[in-house]
Amino acid sequence: MVRDDIIEYSLQGHHSEEDGVKIRKKIWKVTAILSIITILEVAVGAMFPKDSVGEWTWFFIKYGYIILTVIKAGYIVLVFMHLGDEAKGLKYMILVPYIIFILYLIFIVIMEATYINDGWINMQ
Amino acid sequence: MSAATQEIDQSKAWDGKESPFRVSYGKLMMWFFLVSDGLTFGGLLTALGYAKFSNVEAVSAWPSGEDVFFHFPFTHMELPLLYVALMTFILIVSSVTMVLAVEAGHRMDKKGVIKWLLWTVIGGLIFLGSQVWEWATFIAGPDGDITTWVDNAAIGYNPYGPTLYANFFFFITGFHGFHVFTGVVFNSLVLRNVIRGVYHKRGHYEMVEKVGLYWHFVDLVWVFVFTFYYLV
Repeated sequence: MVRDDIIEYSLQGHHSEEDGVKIRKKIWKVTAILSIITILEVAVGAMFPKDSVGEWTWFFIKYGYIILTVIKAGYIVLVFMHLGDEAKGLKYMILVPYIIFILYLIFIVIMEATYINDGWINMQ
Repeated sequence: MSAATQEIDQSKAWDGKESPFRVSYGKLMMWFFLVSDGLTFGGLLTALGYAKFSNVEAVSAWPSGEDVFFHFPFTHMELPLLYVALMTFILIVSSVTMVLAVEAGHRMDKKGVIKWLLWTVIGGLIFLGSQVWEWATFIAGPDGDITTWVDNAAIGYNPYGPTLYANFFFFITGFHGFHVFTGVVFNSLVLRNVIRGVYHKRGHYEMVEKVGLYWHFVDLVWVFVFTFYYLV
């Protein structure tokens, strides 16, 4: 029996040689960005160890790291995983719950954990 | 690419036969899997943050990555976090070779797919080997000797700080390493099929794209582990 309910979306993924050149150029550009960010993170970690910097400097370094990580993750998901090129519905179905989830987690974890830590210290 | 630019009749999109997401079933299911797997890793990293900040011995008792991971193979110099950074870089590069394999697949370039997929498998194996070395170094503890059980790190005790610090190291990098291992197995199996011409006969290399999604996800998770376990 020939099934007529399968649409071959897979075949639409093909592209020409000229498009291939452009896509490869973009891949190498993203590679360079990801490498530079990783090198930057290690350099900052080596030059400003946590124990040698003040509380506020560490605060900025820490959030700098987190922002750089999100930038890296964005490039990997949107370019390498092609999510930026998929249909809008699929893109936001995956991204929006994650953005809400991550922001909520950061908030609740830091809040609750520091609160419990205060509790421990007050008990002692 | 072209799948996304193709216009669809919005009024018919939800009548069946046509997916409003314009992706094949397999790819959609891979995304579903990755979303749920991402939540697992999210839970692990969140638990790590919670354990760190609620730690009874105050946050300062939690060791910082530079003080623990400063070893580098074949040298006794103190190079904080450099080997972990190199591992990160290797995984990113293997992600790049994967995306190049997918791109070659879109042009039906069988030789290109084989070349880049092979590099991806090699990158994955180097990463796994590095992780074995890293575990051995971590377990051996400050005296660098894994055979003495004086200051070796284990589930119940570790020389670095709170017990949970080593537990999270073993659990998070172990769980991620298991994903890398699975990815290498998937990539090898797909590589075998590519060499045998299975996908060329099928007319598209979407299977490479699907295992590629998984492989990029493994890289993505490592980017977060690198930041939240080693750096912050």
